[in-house]
Amino acid sequence: MIAFIIRRLIQAAFVMLAVGAIAFAMFNYVGDPVAIIAGQDLPAEQRVELRKSLGLDDPTPVRFARFVGNAVQGKFGLSYRTTEPVGRMIADRLPATLELSIIAAAMALLVGIPMGVFSGLYPHHWLSRAMMTISLVGISLPTFLIGILLILIFAVILGWLPSFGRGDTVKIGFWTTGLLTVSGWKAIILPAITLGLFQMTLIMRLVRSEMLEVLRTDFIKFARARGLSNRAINFGHALKNTLVPVITITGLQLGSIIAFAIITETVFSWPGVGLLFLQSVIYADIPVMATYLVLIGFLFVLINLIVDILYFVVDPRLRSQAAKVGGAK
Amino acid sequence: MQRGKFLKATLFAAVAAVALLGTQPVSAKTFKWANDGDVNSLDPYARNETFLLTFNANVYEPLVRRDRNLKLEPALAVKWGQPSPTQWRFELRQGVKFSGGESFTADDVVFSYNRAMGKGSNLGGNFTSVKEVRKVSDYVVEIDTKYPDPLLADKLALIGIMSKTWAEKNNAQFAADMTKNEENYATRHSNGTGPFVVKVREPDVRTVLEPNKGWWDKPEHNLTEVIFQRIANDATRVAALLSGEIDMIYTVPPQDVERIRKTPGRRIIEGPETRIVFLGFNQQVDELPESNVKGKNPFKDKRVREAFYRAIDVEAIKRTVMRGQSRPSALMVGVGLNGYDKELDVRPKFDPELSKKLLAEAGYPNGFEVGMDCPNDRYTNDEAICQASVAMLAKVGIKVNLLAQTRGKYFAKILRTASDIEKAPNTSFYMLGWSPAATYDVHNVLESLIQTPNATSKKGLFNAGGYSNKRLDELSDKIEQETDKAKRDAMIKEVTKIYVEDFAYIPLHQQFVVWAAKDNIDLHQPADNYFPLRFVKVK
Repeated sequence: MIAFIIRRLIQAAFVMLAVGAIAFAMFNYVGDPVAIIAGQDLPAEQRVELRKSLGLDDPTPVRFARFVGNAVQGKFGLSYRTTEPVGRMIADRLPATLELSIIAAAMALLVGIPMGVFSGLYPHHWLSRAMMTISLVGISLPTFLIGILLILIFAVILGWLPSFGRGDTVKIGFWTTGLLTVSGWKAIILPAITLGLFQMTLIMRLVRSEMLEVLRTDFIKFARARGLSNRAINFGHALKNTLVPVITITGLQLGSIIAFAIITETVFSWPGVGLLFLQSVIYADIPVMATYLVLIGFLFVLINLIVDILYFVVDPRLRSQAAKVGGAK
Repeated sequence: MQRGKFLKATLFAAVAAVALLGTQPVSAKTFKWANDGDVNSLDPYARNETFLLTFNANVYEPLVRRDRNLKLEPALAVKWGQPSPTQWRFELRQGVKFSGGESFTADDVVFSYNRAMGKGSNLGGNFTSVKEVRKVSDYVVEIDTKYPDPLLADKLALIGIMSKTWAEKNNAQFAADMTKNEENYATRHSNGTGPFVVKVREPDVRTVLEPNKGWWDKPEHNLTEVIFQRIANDATRVAALLSGEIDMIYTVPPQDVERIRKTPGRRIIEGPETRIVFLGFNQQVDELPESNVKGKNPFKDKRVREAFYRAIDVEAIKRTVMRGQSRPSALMVGVGLNGYDKELDVRPKFDPELSKKLLAEAGYPNGFEVGMDCPNDRYTNDEAICQASVAMLAKVGIKVNLLAQTRGKYFAKILRTASDIEKAPNTSFYMLGWSPAATYDVHNVLESLIQTPNATSKKGLFNAGGYSNKRLDELSDKIEQETDKAKRDAMIKEVTKIYVEDFAYIPLHQQFVVWAAKDNIDLHQPADNYFPLRFVKVK
């Protein structure tokens, strides 16, 4: 097990290096930061000096090596746009994105799994049919459209919830949280729904189809023959077996929720890392872009690692296999 | 006696009521506003961006500032003038204190200008004529220039004064140095003499300002707190204004203007901006980089340039693309700026038939193909304007291959570095916008856009097509140094006639500054798109 984890962490390092290298190769094509930073009036000698001080004239491998060397020491450089340290900019905004993503994923799970179980058990119930239809909406409407519709209904017309921002936040150590204030909760509802809707429908449909399939298997038939209660069958046996694919999907989706919160953050002006990344692309702010991409690469690897470990926990068959392979003589 | 008591009681009640009303505490006037971009740094020399300059101008003041009509008026300097053509002398205001408590003296002015000219500052372009900044006494500063510069005071109106003691104490003597890994203290902290101080700074989220209690001037505003929020998404920003969470938005998406106008309690504030949007031709090379015409450059022929000019219907663009929010112009400088000439601001008529005739005369009876470069996120509706132009040119036989891209890549393509400024341009036909932001004077337009590109004299740095006219160059150099207003204006008129009659460029329009606010907000919108908070009143 330990060997497994260490192997995975080494793979993580390689993934991050690869992402960084590809990102740097692409940065030659994002545009000229000097043109954006300097604006129209900067005299020529100062432009040349600016290019030199940013190291933009060095060849790509040299710039990449410099970036990796600094990154390992924890120095991610200064943003071209705001001249603030990139590390701090990202650390300031990461709590916002992570909170939003976790609430969205939690909502997706808490609503999606029960709905999936229900529509799996009673597929012909009118409620199930209604849920399936609504889920079509969740899957087909683009995220920003859902967000804007929610803003229109709940912020502009009804005036119940705020249309932007995070509300009042409380700083605990290095983490800022919006979950300890009323306005913070009010502010997170609409973005969380927007972000989690797609995942929720995905999970619901997945659980439903898995449930339908598992309920037809032999061992469920034998369990019924043995006289086990419906609850024991449905939740004790059937649901557990549907969980492996659900965990896989949820794990993958959590990574993409965090990475693609960009759109939701833009619509709701949610001060997270996604919004920062979008602004950096417009300004050709290479230090921020590079650091963000490498961070996301790391997050994906980490999440997949946790997902793989969870398999061991949930599925006893994998545990015994590993034990066999591991070296029981 | 009953009546007396009753009277006394009523009188007492009345007096009490009046007293209570009279001693009502003044209610807090909070002003909340939003923009799509944030102020990127609190350091006033960090970037040469209009939004950064206008935001920080509420905290840091210059020696001379602009009044409601963009004319210069005393701020930290009470008197100024040129004792000789290459000298400027400023007498400073006494008794002014920075919000941190330091006294304002000539030392601070000398320090600030050297910092603005120094490493890391993006405002050095305003000091190209400056040789030395000198303290003469505690409240007098003199500046020597390399050559006569009648516009120096205008340029200095952009430079806010920082406190020398504060900056040295906090190691902020230089604006942000990108080679070091620590940031400059002035990026997140501020200490100025201006009407407001920064209370809270959350980059990319919000910045909170409070009035500066020790300000030397009398406030025309009634604000007790200013909260600036950054809301990047257009729809969300408008929603925030409509739902009442925000009092004013600085950038209004054009498609929402009508909706906001119709909403009760909200209004649109618009006016022409000092920026002119225009189209330019590559007139430097013998064969265009992106065209099917080989062996010659059609844009070197005035008839072709006039044909292009007359094929574009600016009124139609104003009506459909800009939705009425533009002011068509024949000049490269806008209304209200020095050098604008109302007589000469008459556009040659839109005449596609004449275009076709001119093209045939010039030897292109079936038109030709040419590439066009356009930004898609720099000027209001830039890409849409280019697309409209493509359609209009197609009607006279010109096939335009449009390349619209984000400004980072766009400027990298059409602009050349100063050392390469005389090399062949990469573009054949392009769009550009220009505002003589520093000086509000036409000479800035001439020396940046219209003079022949010259690597030694650094003229024509934004003349992306390489237009060249000797007489125009001569006059522009004279205009730069002429201090006699009548002579200067005459030369400006001649220069304007030259470039208009030569169809050097196709000026399209002055785009509008458009803001939106609640009806109970009283504010002033100057043409340079600055937003001075000191004029804002919440009713």
